[in-house]
Parts: sequence; C-alpha cells; structure tokens
Amino acid sequence: MSKHHYKITVNGKPRDVLAEPRELLIHTLREQLGVKGPHIGCETSHCGACTVDMNGKSVKACTVFVAQANGAEITTVEGLVNPDGSLGVIQEMFREHHGLQCGYCTPGMITRAHRLLQENPTPTEEEVRFGMAGNLCRCTGYQNIVKAILASADMLNAQKEAAE
Amino acid sequence: MIPAGFEYHRPTDVASAIEILKTHGDEARVVAGGHSLIPMMKLRMADLAHLIDLQDIEGLKGIEIGAETVSIGAMVTQHELITHAGLSEALPIIREAALQIADPQVRYLGTVGGNVANGDPGNDMPGLMQCLDATYVIEGAEGSRTVSARDFYQSAYFTAREDDEILTRIEIPRLPAGTGYAYEKQKRKIGDYATAACGALVTMQGGTCTAASVAMTNLSDTPVWSEEAGAALVGTSCGPDAVAAAVAASLAAINPTQDNRGPVEFKRHVAGVIIRRAIEGAVARA
Repeated sequence: MSKHHYKITVNGKPRDVLAEPRELLIHTLREQLGVKGPHIGCETSHCGACTVDMNGKSVKACTVFVAQANGAEITTVEGLVNPDGSLGVIQEMFREHHGLQCGYCTPGMITRAHRLLQENPTPTEEEVRFGMAGNLCRCTGYQNIVKAILASADMLNAQKEAAE
Repeated sequence: MIPAGFEYHRPTDVASAIEILKTHGDEARVVAGGHSLIPMMKLRMADLAHLIDLQDIEGLKGIEIGAETVSIGAMVTQHELITHAGLSEALPIIREAALQIADPQVRYLGTVGGNVANGDPGNDMPGLMQCLDATYVIEGAEGSRTVSARDFYQSAYFTAREDDEILTRIEIPRLPAGTGYAYEKQKRKIGDYATAACGALVTMQGGTCTAASVAMTNLSDTPVWSEEAGAALVGTSCGPDAVAAAVAASLAAINPTQDNRGPVEFKRHVAGVIIRRAIEGAVARA
C-alpha cells in the first residue's frame, strides 16, 4: 500500500507527514514527529496513556489512523506548557500534589484533565472521577490525581477571575 | 499492533460512499468512530482492502427534534448524545444509556450509527432503539429504505443491512406525556460491556399503565425486545405482581451464554435484578 502526505497541526505547528493510511496516530506522533509525551500503554483502547486532544476532543491515539487525523489540530502534553516553557497549571498541580508515581500514565492524564476542565471548569470530585474513567493508573490509586485536578480547577478559576 | 494495509477513502456524500462500496464489494468497509472496527483490524480479525471514512459526510450528522419524531444522524457521537440539551429533554433515556457506554475518550468518537449497525450484542444502543421503537434509514444504490430496530438484528454481527448499504439515520417517535424511563446496566467495571442491561419505558395515565416497552442488552446473540413484558404491565397499576410478571416474561425471552462475565445461572440472576430495577425506575419517573 502506498504512502500519502498528511497534514496535521501538532501543538500549534503545521506538520506534513508521509505515511501509509494504516499508521496509527500514536506512531506518527512518537516515531515520525518525535513527540514522545503520549505513551503507548495497552494498545487496545483501554488505558488512555496515548490520550491526545484532537479537534477539541480527548482521543486515544492508538485507535485513530493517521489518515483519519488528516487536517486535525492535535494537542499533546508538550503543548500544555506555559508560553515561557514553564509547567502549565495542570502539570504544576500534578507535581505539587504528587499526582503520579512512575509517571507513565501522566501525559494522558494531564491531556484528558485539560479537556475535562475546558468543558467543566468547576467539577465535583465525582465528576472528575467519571470524566477521568478512560485513563488507568496502576500506581497511585487515583487519590492524588483527583486532588491535582480539583486543585487545577481552583487555580485556573482564580487566574481567570484575576484576569477579569 | 499494526493492521494490514488498506486504501483509505474519505467521501463527502453518501452516494459516493455507496459507489465505493459497490465497486469493491466485501473488500470494503465503512468506518464511523472506528472504536469497534479499528481494534478488530489491529487484531487482524477484520480484513479489508478499502476503508471508507464517513467523517466528512455532512448528511450523516445532526440531531433534529421534531414535534412527532426525533431524527439522529448516524455519525452523531455518544458525546453529542450526552451533551445535546434538546435531546436530553425529549428523550432523556438516550443520555442515561450513553453515559454508561465505554469511557469519555471512546464516547467522543464512537457513534450511534456504528453502535447500532455493527450488530454486536454487547452494544447498548440496539436494545435501547428497540425499546424506543426506532426506525433505521438505510441507503443503497437503489435508494433508501427503512427497517424497524425490532426487525433489524438477525444474529451476532448479522443484520438486515446489506454489505453495500449504509445506515444513515435513526428516527425515533416522541413519547407521550406521563412516560417514565430507565436504562440499567450491570458491568464489571467502567468501560465494560454489560453483564446484563435493560431499557424500560412506562406510560402511566391516571394511575394505570397505558403503554410499556422493555428491551435487553447482551443477554442473547441479538438485543431482545419483549412484547410480553410490556403487555404484562399495560392495564395494571404496575404494582409488585405486574412487575414480577413483566420480569418473568423478559427472562423467558433471553438466551444468555456462559463467558468471562459468568455462567448462565449468574447472568439470569443479574438480568432479573436489572430488568426489575429498570421497570421500577421507569414507573417511579412516570
């Protein structure tokens, strides 16, 4: 099967890749573009380690063909840093609240939490747990992940208020 | 896990998609959200030479809330079903069921059309659509036809849709005033298919049930709508005896098999609990 040119925007930068349509988006990101934040965990659409933001939706990049992503805007955990390169709010709150142990699930957790808080800026603990149900962590027991996301919501809302 | 190679097509109208299906026969498959098909392709259990992506076909999108009928495009995602305010008001049972499907990431891409057309007995929307007495609009080279959801499913992954047809829309009648609803699902964990699931609609007028519909998921090789279960409720006040009769009628209609969700006796037990909860939940909301 022949290769085709696909255009995807990754963390604000337009990229052109040459790939077979069957290439999975996670492989395009990691192997062709060197964007190694999103991880390959289960490869079976269960664990969420490969979660990226695609056109404003949290998706598992192991279950999207690069051909389907042609023309899409992708944000990965690398794209969630502040403009000066320092940690963004959700990243900083994961650090502060120790929302990780081995760190393997963390890029997917943070990318998913970003979209969750865009859609629901003031979630309850239950809403955080339900909204994060597509991301598995085998270390933490989730307590500190939930704390980090609730703290991120407070911090983001305080920043928004201060800006107004 | 890398699937076998294929040619990728992204048509912008239904006629072009059907043309590609006709040209390549059983070597071609359409893909909607891809969250059933792509895992099967990665496992090399689905083998195809042409993949037809429906994402750019505008005619397959959108939810229309009419006075008599709700029309849902096949490419509407589970996430859209959950967040559409008009749909939640008109047919709240759809939101209740969609929230119990898979996980957030899957719901952003997984579509209602893929869920009902695939014929997977584990999918929740087929039983729900039988409960709601939905009609599927199916388009092929010779034009469009309609099939009732209650007649669509033949056995696991076999449906009334031909290989060169595309399920394009779902039409659902609005419910009369006084209709309560519930979709109950027992699963081992979030994201799992049902051990047993049941949708129930009960219409009460002046304390008497005037209409009822009960349909079950993952308890046979197709979804199961039990006409007898509804009949056991109609004309009663939906007290304990009538509910027990409806549960018994529902259980008589299913044929669960043993798998990693448990032996047949366990599934029948769980089904009895879930069906009763669904019916009682619908009665309480009527």
